[in-house]
Amino acid sequence: MAETGRGLAARIRAFGAFWYDFVIGDDWLVAATVVAGLAGTYGLSRAGVAGWWLVPAVLVVLLPVSLSRAVSGSLLPRRIRGPRRPPAAPRTPPPS
Amino acid sequence: MGAASALFLAVFLACVVEAVEATTIVLAAGTGRDWRSAGLGVGAGLATLAVIVAALGPAVSEVPLRGLRVVVGALLLIFGLQWIRKAVLRASGHKALHDEEVLYARHLAEATGLQARRAAFVPDWYGFTLSYKGVLLEGLEVVFIVLTFGSNDHNIGLAAIAAGAAVVLVAVAGLAVRAPLARVPENTMKFVVGVMLTSFGLFWGAEGAGARWPGSDAALLVIIPAIGLYALALVALLRRARRREVPVPVPAEVPAAASSEVR
Repeated sequence: MAETGRGLAARIRAFGAFWYDFVIGDDWLVAATVVAGLAGTYGLSRAGVAGWWLVPAVLVVLLPVSLSRAVSGSLLPRRIRGPRRPPAAPRTPPPS
Repeated sequence: MGAASALFLAVFLACVVEAVEATTIVLAAGTGRDWRSAGLGVGAGLATLAVIVAALGPAVSEVPLRGLRVVVGALLLIFGLQWIRKAVLRASGHKALHDEEVLYARHLAEATGLQARRAAFVPDWYGFTLSYKGVLLEGLEVVFIVLTFGSNDHNIGLAAIAAGAAVVLVAVAGLAVRAPLARVPENTMKFVVGVMLTSFGLFWGAEGAGARWPGSDAALLVIIPAIGLYALALVALLRRARRREVPVPVPAEVPAAASSEVR
């Protein structure tokens, strides 16, 4: 009985993982921000304000941020690299 | 370019990409295992997809257009941005290019290393399931693209024709050469498809959420090139950043470029 329950739980987890990967993909921030942007557009339209510009503005920021997350911040270099020195020669044991 | 042409092009290109991936898997299953089992897997995959279309198609047409647009727009935006993200990372050298020959070789190596196991009328169960899963998973994406693009534009027929043309073209080419379709410029096409999915997703999503685009449908003629140019600018920026990040090799030092690939 417990075996069957574990097997069922594993199948449900695998099913959930498949749909998460299918819909959300590599970066959850993209999905969350898109939903927030559309919710904001809905809010603006309900308030009688033109809201067509909101999602494009969100995308202009979101895409570089998501790319930056993927390449560990290489859009914004953490520091300017100076010329590298060659590694030191391996140490040799002192003569006995 | 009219709305119908843009719809046809977007669906056709997206479906070519999916069909190339499915064909690579089926060819590996047929070459490495057994052609009959691979063919049965294709048939079973298509039958499953037909059932899904029969169930989803009428349901999608029952949903109110505004609600459909906001949901479909959000999904297309998420898919499109993921495609653009990968395409930009590939084009700027931060991620390995999608190579059908390498994928084919990997699938083939996996397929040839196992013993054949007969099940019911299938001579080789592994070849069958490999082919079935490839067709079903890539086919699901084709179905999704056709239903979302077609229903939003009230033209499921045209979207289905575009998808059918793409799948038939790739399948015939794949069967003719019996080799992975490595000459299809898949990375470039994925970039274009990412731009199209994002543009349509942005347009429909915002409209579904109550926004009114200046110029109505003509806004797409600005949105599509604007997103394309922005993505290209990001490629240039990332390339420059990568050149700055990769240190110039000096004598007695191992180049560190090999460590920069992402996922």
